[in-house]
Amino acid sequence: MAKIGKYILGIATLIFMTNCGNNNDSNSGAMSSSKAEKVYVAPGEHDEYYAFFSGGYSGNITVAGLPSGRMLKEIPVFSQFPTSGYGYSEETKPMLNTSFGFVPWGDAHHPDISQTNGELDGRWIFINENNTPRIARISLTTFETEEIIELPNSAGNHASSFVTENTEYIVAGTRFAVPNPQRDMPINEMKGQFKGPLSFVSIADNGRMNLEFQLNMPGFNYDLAHPGRNKSHGWFFFTSYNTEEANTLMEVNASQNDKDYIAAVNWQKIVEYVKNGGGEKAPGTYAHNVYDEKTHTATSTMKEGVTMVDPREVEGAVFYIPIPKSPHGCDVDPSGEYIIGSGKLSTDLSVYSFEKIQTAIKNKDFVDDSYGIPVLSYENTIAGVVAQPGLGPLHTEFDGKGNAYTTFFISSEVVKWKLGTWEVLDRQPTFYSVGHLMIPGGNSRKPFGKYMVAMNKITKDRYLPTGPELEHSAQLYDISGDKMELLSDFPTHGEPHYAAGIRADIIKDKSKKYYELSENEHPYAAKSESEAKVTRNGNEVHISMTMIRSHFSPDNIEGVKVGDKVYLHMTNLEQDFDVPHGFSIIGANTSEILVMPGQTKTIIWEPKREGVWPFYCTDFCSALHQEMQGYIRVSAANSNTPLKFTLDE
Amino acid sequence: MGELFLLAHSFKSKFMKPASIIMIIGSALLLGLFVYPLWSIELEAPQYPNGIGMNIHLNGLEGKKKHDLQNIDGLNHYIGMRKLPKSHEMWEFSAFPKIVGGMAILGMFIGLLGFFKGISPKWFIAWLILMCILGILGMYDFNAWMVDYGTNLDPKAIMKMTDADGNPLSYKPPLFGTKNILNFVAHSYPHTGAYMMGFGMFLTLVAFWLGNKKMKSLKA
Repeated sequence: MAKIGKYILGIATLIFMTNCGNNNDSNSGAMSSSKAEKVYVAPGEHDEYYAFFSGGYSGNITVAGLPSGRMLKEIPVFSQFPTSGYGYSEETKPMLNTSFGFVPWGDAHHPDISQTNGELDGRWIFINENNTPRIARISLTTFETEEIIELPNSAGNHASSFVTENTEYIVAGTRFAVPNPQRDMPINEMKGQFKGPLSFVSIADNGRMNLEFQLNMPGFNYDLAHPGRNKSHGWFFFTSYNTEEANTLMEVNASQNDKDYIAAVNWQKIVEYVKNGGGEKAPGTYAHNVYDEKTHTATSTMKEGVTMVDPREVEGAVFYIPIPKSPHGCDVDPSGEYIIGSGKLSTDLSVYSFEKIQTAIKNKDFVDDSYGIPVLSYENTIAGVVAQPGLGPLHTEFDGKGNAYTTFFISSEVVKWKLGTWEVLDRQPTFYSVGHLMIPGGNSRKPFGKYMVAMNKITKDRYLPTGPELEHSAQLYDISGDKMELLSDFPTHGEPHYAAGIRADIIKDKSKKYYELSENEHPYAAKSESEAKVTRNGNEVHISMTMIRSHFSPDNIEGVKVGDKVYLHMTNLEQDFDVPHGFSIIGANTSEILVMPGQTKTIIWEPKREGVWPFYCTDFCSALHQEMQGYIRVSAANSNTPLKFTLDE
Repeated sequence: MGELFLLAHSFKSKFMKPASIIMIIGSALLLGLFVYPLWSIELEAPQYPNGIGMNIHLNGLEGKKKHDLQNIDGLNHYIGMRKLPKSHEMWEFSAFPKIVGGMAILGMFIGLLGFFKGISPKWFIAWLILMCILGILGMYDFNAWMVDYGTNLDPKAIMKMTDADGNPLSYKPPLFGTKNILNFVAHSYPHTGAYMMGFGMFLTLVAFWLGNKKMKSLKA
């Protein structure tokens, strides 16, 4: 009863505050601290932060500026993107190759920016794919996807892609326990048979990813993760649910146990173990796709086999910690001492102490074991409980000033509380049903605690209606003061499962403006009009064509026949910022391509009818863009039309 | 007699020493043109928030940014201007280094003669006058090239612009100053090398004035 009363009071307060806010807005006028001024970025000025939003089921990342909330770019990662031809061009198709063949779509989840000494360094951003388990690396100088690695033996790569504090490792999890290795077996015999492998991928200095080993964990659902940092560097923490090992009507059957587990993994110990020959060679086929900035071409390599580590074989490396009620978020504070577990069906937040965990391990203070993995006691590892802060806690971020901010999905709010005293300091509603939240740098030793973005899970919003299907909505809060202040609403693309933010000055000056033509090593690049050519090899025709404002070279081609496979290799000769050229031809069964200055891209055209077929530039490039076009003459399959290519003849 | 001459000579050179040092420094400053550009032409337009432009060196043109020359050519092809000349395409870019280098050596040589032999400061002013004549010729030549470059247009030019009287528009950048050309504002001003040369020439004038004063005081 008292609780209901509290909620009614809460709602009443909310209404009062909303009204108050409106009044303030209309009366504030020239007040320097108006909300509008806080989010206003004057024309010609830059936002203070980059925010990289996971595009969820769009498979991509969207880049926005903060505090304006303006969308700056969509970076194609796991999905074909006709806007640029990513996943359509011959050069980028290999990026979407997997052990299951070409997969045109992905479910992007958790972006994370590379770190050095626990601070964001802005070299790369990583993001995981849930459906066909993969991790992608995106360059923050070109803002292009450079590498995608598939994770074999896994399913539902959700607990990913979080990086350790020197970008040594990035993890991938298994949210849908599966037979490992995969085999034909009755579903209802899963108990004890299914596994939940956790993958550890190393990152080289040049960014190159390598699947070092998989930790073959019991078949629970590993949901989220975060690396230890500072004093807990060397550890990784994963939440798991479905310790019931149910395989049907999961929403009920996986919610029966009072407690599930956080898995605490000393990855440094396992790395050492593997280095010394530990682990077994296990089967596992996976694609490793790498994009080369010099050839402007991706190559896909199919790899075989993985080092599988049995967690019970590595002494003192893997432990379970009980956590109430199907946990979701698993977040580590900037000092590395506190690990916050959010039991999504609980009303409390459990905060664990890294030091207590270490003491419990040292004293072998185990209460149980689960498939041979020691289970630590809840009471002796818990640092504190944030009691009844809201309903349905999901994720927590930090401001670097000793405060934590947790999202509550069911009660649709963000709650600010104090690390150490566990007292609730403030709460703000979200619109509506918040999932993730992001403080730029909030997943590092040094958060930039000025803004917080709440990303909502349901698409219902407060904008003009646009039919049944909507974009998601985010809220920006100013967290520089004692109380959070809602500044603005802005839409995000796809479903943003998390975001990563970084101070703009760390990366903006390194942003590439164009590619050096002289460094272009594409085998079919024509680096000047004199290098443009057309060659025939059987029924394959390779056209190396150049593009410059505002003509193609050659722009008249004859001698192509019905049934030919025509490769159109387009090289943009421009060497200036913002002069892309596009290319498209009637009858091509693929997307257009946007070719950046200095770059070469290829699409295939298989002409089906005789005739003279025009092609043109799809990207307005100059006052004479409309004139940027050409023709290809297609003759009958048995004709003798000689191969001929010309410009201005 | 010989002894007397020697005495007078060393006497004179002692008086000429400060002026001669200034003469040497002044003419040596010309050598700055081998390091720094002579002239700068910068274009501004809304589409080029960071500007686009070139520096004119003694031995050729150089873009302000890596590909600026190519991009200026790219813009100019719309209005039928020729491509900017490469170093080997203009005799000036091989002659100017020789002339400037020669004048610097000559000036320093005169200065050394002043220092050791005490030759008349009239030699200093003679050098400066020659330098000024060459400078004016150089400017004349530069301007003539710009007139040609800005008005001798391809008859097949994509855009043929005319002024209010119907005459073809000239795209000649200003020799000195700022001028609007279509959507661009062109700024044409001396660069570091020219300022060093100008200051050097001023120093040679100072050297002449100082040497002259000393000689007069000697005569008096």
